[in-house]
Amino acid sequence: MRSVTSTVLTLVLFATYLGIGALAHDTHFSLGWVLASTALVWAGPAQIILISTLGSGATVVQAAIAVTVSAIRLFPMVVSVLPMLRSPRTKRRHLVLATHFIAVTLWVECFRLLPKVPRERRLAFTHGLGVGLCCVCLVATMLGYGLAASLPELFGAAILLLTPLAFLLSTARNCRQLADVLALVLGLALFPLAASLHTGVDILISGASAGTIAYGVHWWRQRE
Amino acid sequence: MSEFLGDWNALLVLVIAGFLPNEVWRMLGLWLGGGVDEGSELLVWVRAVATAILAGVIAQILVFPPGALASVPDWLRYAAVAAGFAAFLVTRRSTLAGVACGELVMLAGKWWLG
Repeated sequence: MRSVTSTVLTLVLFATYLGIGALAHDTHFSLGWVLASTALVWAGPAQIILISTLGSGATVVQAAIAVTVSAIRLFPMVVSVLPMLRSPRTKRRHLVLATHFIAVTLWVECFRLLPKVPRERRLAFTHGLGVGLCCVCLVATMLGYGLAASLPELFGAAILLLTPLAFLLSTARNCRQLADVLALVLGLALFPLAASLHTGVDILISGASAGTIAYGVHWWRQRE
Repeated sequence: MSEFLGDWNALLVLVIAGFLPNEVWRMLGLWLGGGVDEGSELLVWVRAVATAILAGVIAQILVFPPGALASVPDWLRYAAVAAGFAAFLVTRRSTLAGVACGELVMLAGKWWLG
């Protein structure tokens, strides 16, 4: 539990969910709806996309497609975290709850914290971290919803800038190998290129190609 | 209760457009990633792709800013993130220092612009 309070990312999450609560209030969603979305969706960018696309009058199908594309990143995150959680006696169904909690914050924190946790306790540790973070976010969502009317625009801008800053720096801190660093740099650089294609799956294109190039360089250097 | 939750349609929309699109990828990861070894080469690639997709999400928010962030000019957004990254490097990888510095640059810039 102490890990929940020891990370800057908790603060960032708190502020982000203040923003999501406020956004939901301004687009006329109910408090119960946005709280349910925090618990069920559990991915900040996906919620921002969902609320803003639905709020701007898009159809459910359009919103679902936008969210699905942004959520593809969760797949490789789950695949890379689960081997750290598993012990020889872990069954797949034991991992379902932990899998639901995996989003950027938990992904980053698992790589940072799990190596210090004995393997047989890692699953319980992750459950605790996930539930703790989720509670923090539910409170923040509720506060943001309540405070929405009195928040100035500058504050809104500052909150929205938190997400890219915190994602960038926490990912940079976790880069272990050359492949990770390259993937981060190339992923940033290739996105504007991919976006100019206007495919609707820009992030997928830039991400898959940048990640693969980064891995290619890693593979090539290992052979030398 | 109905006022708190809103109508059932809205909840159905939440499940279809919010919950399922995210959960599908997570459970697919659980299902397909079952047999992957920690430290395997495949995992290096998977992690590189996850990192690069995340980098894409970061770039998207900066290049096409949502909501109130759009009121901040392009150069100021990029300058704020660059300053945050510089502070992060100078402080030997302190996320707190980097985030604080980036936010300060953005707020100072907005204040200076008036």
